Order: sequence, then C-alpha cells, then structure tokens
Amino acid sequence: MSGPISRGFRGLRRTPAGAEGRVPPGQYVTDDFPVLSAGPTPHTPLDQWTFSITQGGETEKSWTWGELQGLPAETVTRDIHCVTRWSKLDTEWRGVSVDTLLDQAGGDAPYVLAFCDGGYTTNLPIEDVTGGQAWVAFSYDGGPLESEHGGPARLLVPHLYFWKSAKWVRGLDLRDENEPGFWETYGYHMYGDPWKEQRYAGD
Amino acid sequence: MEGTAVRRRLTWQAATVTSLTRETASVVTIELDPPDWPGHRAGQHLDVRLTAEDGYIAERSYSIASAPGEPLAITVERLENGEVSPYLTQELRAGDELELRGPIGGYFVWGPGDRSPLLLLAGGSGVVPLRSILQDRSRTGSDAPARLLYSARTLADVIYRDELDRYHDGAEVIYTLTRAQPPGWTGHSGRVDAALLAQVAWPAGASPLAFVCGPTNFVEAVAAGLVDLGYPPERVKTERFGATGGR
Repeated sequence: MSGPISRGFRGLRRTPAGAEGRVPPGQYVTDDFPVLSAGPTPHTPLDQWTFSITQGGETEKSWTWGELQGLPAETVTRDIHCVTRWSKLDTEWRGVSVDTLLDQAGGDAPYVLAFCDGGYTTNLPIEDVTGGQAWVAFSYDGGPLESEHGGPARLLVPHLYFWKSAKWVRGLDLRDENEPGFWETYGYHMYGDPWKEQRYAGD
Repeated sequence: MEGTAVRRRLTWQAATVTSLTRETASVVTIELDPPDWPGHRAGQHLDVRLTAEDGYIAERSYSIASAPGEPLAITVERLENGEVSPYLTQELRAGDELELRGPIGGYFVWGPGDRSPLLLLAGGSGVVPLRSILQDRSRTGSDAPARLLYSARTLADVIYRDELDRYHDGAEVIYTLTRAQPPGWTGHSGRVDAALLAQVAWPAGASPLAFVCGPTNFVEAVAAGLVDLGYPPERVKTERFGATGGR
C-alpha cells in the first residue's frame, strides 16, 4: 500500500551500487554502527560469565567464557537490519554457531527465549536459530565485541530485525510456547522479518 | 517488568500539518492533525513515511513532543546529509499532509501514576520526549518532584527554552552548555560528568526514576554514572539518537 505523494520529496536513494536487493523496504544503509538499548550497559566480568541452555527451569548445559572460546567458531559476513531503519551491509562477526551449542546441550523445543544481562529477553522459533542461521558472537570486525554493542557476547540472528540479536546474551531457554520477550511485550512484532517489514504487532 | 501489550495494528494515516514552529536554527516543531489518533503516553514515538512521485519511500521514527491531550506534535532536528529531516524542517509547509503511524514504544514512557522523583537527562534533541514527560507531569498536576538536566552545545541550541524556563511547579530545569557560554552565564559548563550528576541526581535512596535521552556517548556516560550513584539499572530508562545521519 502506498500513501499520498509527499510534495517536493525526492529522497537521497543512497543504496550503494551493487547493493540493490540487499536493503529491505523502509531501511536505509549506514556506515555507522548505531547503539540502541533500553537501559544502562551491563558489565559482567568474564570470570563470572557463563552461557547456558535451559529448559523447564533446569540447566541443560552451561559454558564458561573459556569453554565457549574453546568451541569451534565461525567467521561470518552478513547484512544487518535494525527496526529503527538502519541497515549495515557486510558486517563481519566471529562466534559459535547455535547449532553447536544445542547439539552439546541436547533438549528440544519449538521456541527459544534468549535471556541476557540487564533482564532483556527476546523470543525466536527454534528453526530460526538452527541450520546455520544464528551464532553467539563475541567478535565484531576483527576485534572484541564492545560492551555498548552487546559484548562480551551477543546473539547474532541476521535474517531477522536486529533486536532479535540480543545483546549481552547469557543463554537460551527452550520453550514449548512462543512467549513474547522484552520489545515484543511492548508492541514489537513476534517474528520480525525485515523483508516483510514486520516491525510492530499486526504488521 | 510490567508490559503494556499493544496488539492493535498500527496503520498509516495522512495527518494534516497544522503549524510549524522554529525552535532553533536547525530544529522545528511540527504540529499534526491525524484523522484517527488513539492517544499516546509521554515518551512514545511515531513513524513518519515520505513518498516521492515515483513511489520511492523513506521512513523514520520521531519522538512525540506533545504531552497526552495536547495537539500531536513532533520536534525534528535537521541533520546534515539527512534524508527525511531536511525535508521536514525546510520543505514541509502548514496544510501539507504527512503520513504517520503510532504511537510506538511502551518502555520509555512515564505516566502520572508514577510518583517517584523524576530525573530527566537530555543531550541535545534528546530533550524532545522528556518535554512530553515534563508537560504531562505539569498538566496532570502530578506532585512527583522533577529535575531536568539538559546538555546543549550553546544557549541558542536549547530547544523549548521559553517553556522550560517557565516551570515553577516543583520542576527544576538545569542547563549545561558544552561548547560556548554567553557572557554572564551562571549555569553549568561542559559535558555532564560524575560531579554534576551527583549534584543534580536525586539520591538513590529516594527511589527515583530516570529517563536518559540523547546521543549514544551521552547516554552511555550518564546511564553508567547513575548506576555508579546506586540507581538500579531497571530504574534508568534510555533512548538514543544515534548519529546515523538518517533521522
């Protein structure tokens, strides 16, 4: 559905050459890396940091920072899309595939709720965090992931709006029901496909 | 955390621009008359959509400047190399139509039911949603004590200055000017640092509620400073205006 013409508006149309088809509707490309979060940036010392797969109140498996670093890691280059409308192309991350973590933890469920330092949560179908689509990323652009961007580690699920790539992630809770996380409770979309512009509930 | 589920579908509507008010050299407040506005809470934002003749579309989010019950308004800062903000601040005229949908966001909000001491910290145009909160507090006769610490480059960059200087109902407005101060300036100078924050912030023991809005470096420094002063992180709500050139 397109709306009325905005008198005198032409727009900058600055999608870089060659990037046509890579920028979802309603997004613009930025070279910056904007920061968005709902509260203060948490700082958990690495010697107290763990990543856990939980289900039904039980911890299926937990890794220390050192143990996570010892798992096979992958370097991936992906485009990312924030619901606030910036997209950033060819971002380079290094992290452990969620497939690897789930394989080691066992357990199965149709949904996961990512949980984080600071109390942030976000919900995802398990099929969106498996099959080589999601990572626990601890490195960005060749260096450690800065805390304001979610370090020491954040979830990376680049095919969904970036609020699903939870900052300061500490684990995944396997769930039978698709329960809304933090932003989803406040009216954002339960799934968040940027190509369908699923920004808000009902989109 | 208490959520207020918004499950109503947000549809685009063409609002009529009823007035434009220049706030500073680069900032304009746009008053809007949408055909079907469901009301909003102080601190929320809305989406704006511009459509070019050939169908090209640009969308951005803007904080709502008006308090609930006031005519709907957004305040927009023109960003160099921006796509939407130059149009809104320089091309748009009263009588034009502007497509919008909202309100959006349910976390960075304040309501008169919250009687905690209110600490508002603004960096630059981050004052916009905080203006909505201050005005809502005043219009509803809230007795929550309130302080706004507003960091601006110069006095000429202060948005809503006349209005902010008129609050005398338990709201204090404290400025700090980071780049230049006029002759005889008796307010604060320089960026918000730990000392100024400690001086202005309600004691953590008073269970204050803080709203921080501004550019990322401002928000990071101020939010961390409040945590250092003993504010629980969940009592520090943040919203950021990244320097993306896009707003």
